[in-house]
Amino acid sequence: MRDTAALAGPAPATRASRAIGEAAAAWVLCAPAGLALFALLLCPTAALLVLSFSDWELGAPELAWIGLGNYVELTTDPVFRIALRNTLIYVGVVMPASIGLGLGVALLVEGGSRLRATFRAIYFLPVVSLLVAMATAWQYLLHPTIGPVNRVLALLGISPINWLGSSDWVMVSLCMIGVWENLGFVVVLFMAGLTAIPRELYAAAELDGARSAMDRFRLVTWPLLGPTTLFVVTITAIRCLRVFDTVQALTRGGPNNASQVLLYAMYQEGFSYFRIGYSAAITVVFLAIVLLLMLVQTRILDRRVHYS
Amino acid sequence: MRPGEERSLLHDLPRLALLGLGACFILLPYVWMFAASLKPGSEIFRDSLTLWPERFYAIENYGKALSEVPMLRFLFNGALVCALILVFQMLFAVPAAYALAKLRWRGREFLFGLIMLGLLIPYHVPALPLYVVFARAGLLDSFAALVLPFTISVFGIFLFRQAFKSLPDELIHAARMDGMSELSIVWRVIMPNAWPAATAFATFSIVAHWNDLFWPLIVVQSHAMATPALGVLFFRAEEAGNDVGALMAAAVMVTAPMIILFLLAQRRFIQGIATAGLKG
Repeated sequence: MRDTAALAGPAPATRASRAIGEAAAAWVLCAPAGLALFALLLCPTAALLVLSFSDWELGAPELAWIGLGNYVELTTDPVFRIALRNTLIYVGVVMPASIGLGLGVALLVEGGSRLRATFRAIYFLPVVSLLVAMATAWQYLLHPTIGPVNRVLALLGISPINWLGSSDWVMVSLCMIGVWENLGFVVVLFMAGLTAIPRELYAAAELDGARSAMDRFRLVTWPLLGPTTLFVVTITAIRCLRVFDTVQALTRGGPNNASQVLLYAMYQEGFSYFRIGYSAAITVVFLAIVLLLMLVQTRILDRRVHYS
Repeated sequence: MRPGEERSLLHDLPRLALLGLGACFILLPYVWMFAASLKPGSEIFRDSLTLWPERFYAIENYGKALSEVPMLRFLFNGALVCALILVFQMLFAVPAAYALAKLRWRGREFLFGLIMLGLLIPYHVPALPLYVVFARAGLLDSFAALVLPFTISVFGIFLFRQAFKSLPDELIHAARMDGMSELSIVWRVIMPNAWPAATAFATFSIVAHWNDLFWPLIVVQSHAMATPALGVLFFRAEEAGNDVGALMAAAVMVTAPMIILFLLAQRRFIQGIATAGLKG
């Protein structure tokens, strides 16, 4: 059947059969992906939405529809509130810090040709590294007694800090590792954006009196990086929202829920306590935040950033 | 700071110094991880900041990481899972992307709309219902459970569609004249002309699944099925985190494959993951 398109000639009568052949071929080619898309992504997501209105627990023989019950419980659940707050703090700290530092690094790397590839490779290293393994390396670095970080602090006369074990410091430590993890990703995206800026614009700006590097940055680089920046902000925010690996490997939400985050709370409720309905509701909140970020991005994109 | 401007080394020094400082922060955990993997426990616990070991203990540390848990099995599982996922993703995504990019048919816009919808959904979202289904089907703790959920990559379809769209239609017309079927056009005419997209996608996919913790943590219980990410956690659980040297050796072993691949094909990796930023 797929060959009918090939057999079709230019005559009007066969043009119709050729179109049918092309459509048939398209359906056949799309069938595996289409079925998998429904079975593995769209239907489970719909099921998740439905389950979030139930009180189902894995192994329970029956489930009851409790409407918004799970969502009402979320508003009073102290653990969820900490998780939501911590996740927003994490996004609010790691995203701007990674983007600020990442833009700086990208400008510096692109600012000269010496060691450009070397620096780019070094900064990108955490992006390809197994985060759980690197988290255990950080755990050693930040260990309260044998950790090199505290030993250096001791040389400076600063008393040891329990980086991952005290509720005052645990989010600080996780955010720092978050910046370490995301920096290279931001650098690479900004470097791509920077190389897309035409060189002549810098020459033109210089002719127009933009003598200092700062002027050229303000007049040329920053406005032309607009679309890249918006894109990087959304991507980085979503990456930060998904923080899970470091929490699982280093703190398991502790101490005393001080490092609870959305996905870890969802994981615990769903896969440790098997409260499927409740865990589904947490996942829906997570999805809603992701969609909100995407929506904001599209809105802003539609409105401005028409430079190119 | 004009891009690519050549300057004297003296003028370049502040830039190099700042970048070097940042690079030290990035390299910090790698250097200490590797250093600790060469040291005996006594040296790690002693109050010193020396990087190089006095007594070379690498054989013991790496030996312990290999014997205490089936570390090679974890690495093999990781490679197999990544390979299977990539093969299925390509098998599903490439023909669909071709149909979306080059064929005219009713339903094309609809399917593409669904793909765009799929792009918005992080893979953590379908995890819970999929887990329930796998548990019911008795498929937990199997390669099927590790691979199946990722066989569809909406990002892959999106990426390949973009790549195929830019290929000239004449290529396809000529192949049809030669009597090739649409399926063989996909694999023998279109794919060979879209290698940059394919390698970019492959690096993105391999890195993502080698490093994934969330899903394996959910579906795997046994050592036999553990992927590298889980392997580190299993090893730490066995050791109760006491033998730092051996734990760092284990961490080095699971991190090294991706880093070596990255150093061998830097450009492809960076391109692949930067384009994949789209999916996030």
